[in-house]
Amino acid sequence: MTTPLLELNDVHLSYLGRAGLLEAVSGVSFTIAPGERIGLVGETGCGKTTVALGILGYLGANGYLTGGELRFKGQDMSALSPEDLRRLRGSDIAMVYQDPTAVLNPSMRIWKQLAEVPMTHEGLSLSEAKQRAATILEEMHILDPERVLEAYPHQLSGGQCQRVVLAMALLSNPSLLILDEPTTALDSTTQANIVQLMTEIGLRYNTAMLFISHDLGLIANTCDRVMVMYAGEVVEDGEVADVFANARHPYTQGLLRCIPLPTADKDVRPVLPIPGRIPQPGERPIGCGFGPRCFGFSEGVCDQPGLPLAGVDESSSQRVRCARWSDVAKTSPDVPAAQPPSEVGEESFRVEGLQKYYPIADGSLGALLGRTEPRQVRANEAIYFSARRRETVAIVGESGCGKSTFAKVLAGLETATGGEVRIAGTDVGQTPVEDRTPEQVASVQMVFQNPDETLNPSLSIGRQIGRVLTKFGKETDKDRIRQRVAELMDRVKLSRDLIDERPHRLSGGQKQRVAIARAFAGEPALVVADEPLSALDVSVQAAVGRMLMDIQRQHDTTLLLISHDLGQVRYLAERVVVMYLGQVMESGRTEDVFAPPYHPYTEALIAAVPVAHHGVTKRHIFLEGAHPDPSEPPVGCPFHSRCPRMVGTICETEPPPLQRDGETHFISCHISVEDLRKVDPVLSVKP
Amino acid sequence: MGVFILKRLGYMVVTMFAVSGLVFLLLEVSPGTVATKVLGAFSTEEQRRLWLEANGYFEPLLTRYFTWLGNVLTGDFGQSIRFKVPVGDILWPRLLNTAILGASAFAVIIPLSLGLGVIAGMREGSKSDRAISITSIVTTSIPEFASAVFFSAVFVFWLKWLPGTSGMAEGFNFKELVLPVMVLVIYDFGYVARMTRSSMAEVMTTPYIRTAILKGLPRHQVIIRHALRNALIGPFTIIMLQINWLLSGVIVVEFFFAYKGFGALLLEASLNQDIFLIEACAMVAVVVAVVTQTIADIAYTRLNPRIRFA
Amino acid sequence: MNEPSLKILPRRSLLARTFGLSMGLRHSTVAMIGVSLVGFWIFVAVFAPLLAPFEPNATHLPFAKPGTSFTGGAVFWLGTDHLGRDVLSRIIWGSRTVLFYAPLATFLAYVVGIMAGLVAGYKQRWWDEILSRISDIVLSFPVLVLYIIIIATIGASGVNIVIAIIFASAPGIMRIVRGLTLDLRNRDYVAAARTRGESSLYIMWVEILPNARGPLIVDACLRVGYVIITIGVLGFLGLGLPPPDPDWGGMINETRAMALVFPHMTIFPCIAISSLVLGFNLLADGLRELSMRR
Repeated sequence: MTTPLLELNDVHLSYLGRAGLLEAVSGVSFTIAPGERIGLVGETGCGKTTVALGILGYLGANGYLTGGELRFKGQDMSALSPEDLRRLRGSDIAMVYQDPTAVLNPSMRIWKQLAEVPMTHEGLSLSEAKQRAATILEEMHILDPERVLEAYPHQLSGGQCQRVVLAMALLSNPSLLILDEPTTALDSTTQANIVQLMTEIGLRYNTAMLFISHDLGLIANTCDRVMVMYAGEVVEDGEVADVFANARHPYTQGLLRCIPLPTADKDVRPVLPIPGRIPQPGERPIGCGFGPRCFGFSEGVCDQPGLPLAGVDESSSQRVRCARWSDVAKTSPDVPAAQPPSEVGEESFRVEGLQKYYPIADGSLGALLGRTEPRQVRANEAIYFSARRRETVAIVGESGCGKSTFAKVLAGLETATGGEVRIAGTDVGQTPVEDRTPEQVASVQMVFQNPDETLNPSLSIGRQIGRVLTKFGKETDKDRIRQRVAELMDRVKLSRDLIDERPHRLSGGQKQRVAIARAFAGEPALVVADEPLSALDVSVQAAVGRMLMDIQRQHDTTLLLISHDLGQVRYLAERVVVMYLGQVMESGRTEDVFAPPYHPYTEALIAAVPVAHHGVTKRHIFLEGAHPDPSEPPVGCPFHSRCPRMVGTICETEPPPLQRDGETHFISCHISVEDLRKVDPVLSVKP
Repeated sequence: MGVFILKRLGYMVVTMFAVSGLVFLLLEVSPGTVATKVLGAFSTEEQRRLWLEANGYFEPLLTRYFTWLGNVLTGDFGQSIRFKVPVGDILWPRLLNTAILGASAFAVIIPLSLGLGVIAGMREGSKSDRAISITSIVTTSIPEFASAVFFSAVFVFWLKWLPGTSGMAEGFNFKELVLPVMVLVIYDFGYVARMTRSSMAEVMTTPYIRTAILKGLPRHQVIIRHALRNALIGPFTIIMLQINWLLSGVIVVEFFFAYKGFGALLLEASLNQDIFLIEACAMVAVVVAVVTQTIADIAYTRLNPRIRFA
Repeated sequence: MNEPSLKILPRRSLLARTFGLSMGLRHSTVAMIGVSLVGFWIFVAVFAPLLAPFEPNATHLPFAKPGTSFTGGAVFWLGTDHLGRDVLSRIIWGSRTVLFYAPLATFLAYVVGIMAGLVAGYKQRWWDEILSRISDIVLSFPVLVLYIIIIATIGASGVNIVIAIIFASAPGIMRIVRGLTLDLRNRDYVAAARTRGESSLYIMWVEILPNARGPLIVDACLRVGYVIITIGVLGFLGLGLPPPDPDWGGMINETRAMALVFPHMTIFPCIAISSLVLGFNLLADGLRELSMRR
């Protein structure tokens, strides 16, 4: 048997805080063979990043290896001198990080940052190193590598930066590459390309890879084996196919049930959130860490310390840390009955021909003298659609497509440059929120993306929700207000004890619930939710998403959901609008948009979503070509420079016509609907 | 870039105009007061009226302002009431003395504070960091006149190593410069050191420093090539702005040690209501301040690639 | 699963919350030392009439050494100055002057600076242009030069000094508040307030200002220290409060010529002013440390 490349034996990693030593990683053991690809999956606080940093010996001044051993190529890592460790880093073990633009030195040109690696580890000269850098950038499929080499990080896009970081990691041919959430900060289609690139690299260089992610689909698509972590422990591991098709641990099963099936919607197969919260390091229960949240918890059995990671059966290498896994397999938690789809009400808002342009600040002399025309970014161009009460309409697209701008125009935070926005019949497109009537203001409310910035840190949450009631004149009596606030908190499943707490005491999911309660407090006709679930953990997303649907139903509100996550959109929305570069590419009912005929962009978006569910096959589509400059949008179809189905010069010169497929399904493309209908579906369920 | 520089220069000019207007207004708004100050409190109405007439004080305010401005720009600041010579004769030599004092102080402050700040920032939370931080806080708590007293007590009265005043009566004497420079250094280095420290500490916690370390670069390379290049951008501009501070700082020091510099001149002028001298000093001070500020702004944009190549 | 409890708890009283806040200070040694020093001087200033053994302006025995006894059992603990006035009593009464004018002037400067900074940062456009230009102009004077010119023009008195301090400090405060406002106005909760139709005044006062208070409190402590130094310097240069009222800076200037022979007259006021400013600076540093830790 070959020596494993990396071996972790009962590793315990802890941090020294004010309250003493807190264990972040408790007894993790695994091996990585040369060339193997392992995924480490878990949510926030499970310890996966700590494991990565522990391997590199970079736990910081207050992090310690408090038990077990780490061996790389047979050598005990804790016995290495700092100098030996330094030599390993970057040359034999390399790392790729989550936020690609932030991990590059903003004051140093790219070529220098790349050249440092072989110059330090292999003693290359400057010119040789530069040459090596140029070569590797080409291998990373970077267009115009010369420009990128001379650039500073802030001049590159997220995808380009991540390729640079990947290149930097591979320059000295490491045996092990650790990737910590490498695609989380990227757009869907860029993610798909980067994932493809990483798979290619793995095959070409035979580098072993440790993928760390919360995204089950990503791991399912890239790794050979997977380990599921919860509260500092590995709760299940094995081959990817085994674990995802036949998850044994209740947590893994719970995670899979949390993720919407990309082919079903909320009324057909509702997701099942995992009740409870992830324990903080320090609050972990004795025995099974997942016990308090597990529907199969059995006192006396599951709270005994020292539960082992045991094999499942003889034929596979799958192991699970659960005392009752075989019993649990026979039962399952109560799945809520599928609900009948809610009846949709009358039209609540309509957008006709909306245009929103932003002028670009021009520091040139010409602009100063008024000679040159100011350039504009066409954030929104010719948007048409409408929505009804109790309907959820989703707007999907990647960054820069204009969906957030659209949200802001609806809410009055920006004014339209042209076109109409009719809310309850009145055009408010040109009216900023400061000038709208109280009724108009109350009829449109927003939920924002970042739970940490959505609440005023200095006020209690009771006051913040109550303020909405006072401002919109719903209640005036103090006690009545407090009562109403308490009722709203019940509705968003928050404990009433939190009513006087400040936001910093709440978790991300709880803060977002408060934000939702605040938005619905004034009984608005339309709630615009801008990526409300994106910043939350997977299990929390499921719970908050479900609650959002419930509260929408109760209040008869239209929900405009803005998202880049197609899985969520497919699950939650009745109708979808797909945007690209400020324009609408496709719109219609969800089941129509997610099935052929597709707009080529929609097709690529659906193909970009990593699928974790066993039994769903997916076609792969990779977009090549450059993303156009938003200040100089193409004359013809905005998507033509990257479209895999481009038919000819007509796509470059003529704006595509809006074609109709059935009552409500619109596609903006030069290819005929009949031809598009003949395309195979992207996703199909195996019978 | 070019447009930006032009804009900043434009602001500079506008600011100086505004300031000159303010100074002029403040000091010369009432002709009667001016005349009294020039001719003394014992002058008669008649004498004052004649003088005012002769010097164009019955013109409208705006005309007076522009005449005055014109004179200033050509270097004619008028006559010092106290010293009875053209202002320029006293102002420039004194300014030179202050420049010497300032440059000597800077020669010590810059390496000292940058060095200590970088060390403290690199080792945030360590004993050396705490020591440097506490020292900085203590030294900036002692006003200049107090530290001047303490230093004099030690070096002049007790050890008898240095002279107590710095009048430079027998030409330039280096020893007389030591105490004033020490006082300036002690008071100012703490501030710059703390700013450098916090900038350095912030940089050390950034993701890109982690990348540099995990790339396996030797520590000195991480510090010098990656950390310092980013950490020193802020402190550099702060140092430029310290020149502005220096013009204030020297006043006390020059007064205490009887050093014939610009600060002492301004003080004397104020105490003696020597209007034209005050105006001249104010204008010079403002010009120095505004020019250094503009240079600092422009330098900052050049040093920070995120702004330079936006 | 969270069981919604039907009881609504009453809010913690104001007293309880203030108590909790001050107890938080004990986590930082630096802050505690700072608070002790400042507290000590506040105590001295408040109880000056009870603590000072002599009248501050009364002349007794010139040039007495520290510890000399006097008729009636009283002692010149810190000696007397060249006019025979008890140094200790003058220091005690001098603390009153300093601890009256410095916080007052700083507070008023803050009022002006906060209003200007909020408006400039939030409303922007021409408000910002004008306010920033004015602030640039004032800040382009080296600080002491500005003070000297103002005092030379309007004369030296308590009120004038306060006015001069407000004039010189407000622009700096405005800059800081403006910077914080510019940062905070992009937060989602400010956008949420706008979508509720809240007025600019409400947003500036409720959504932005309370969330800027961390850095502002630290700056306030530092600034009070700085203003104390300034008052000391003005007194030292002869531009402070007119004699014979005890003014630490003035005391130092009057007696430094004789310091060779009688150092006590000069050194003790130096220690007094340094310790008070040190207290504020340590407090500011401790507060900053605490806010980072949380």
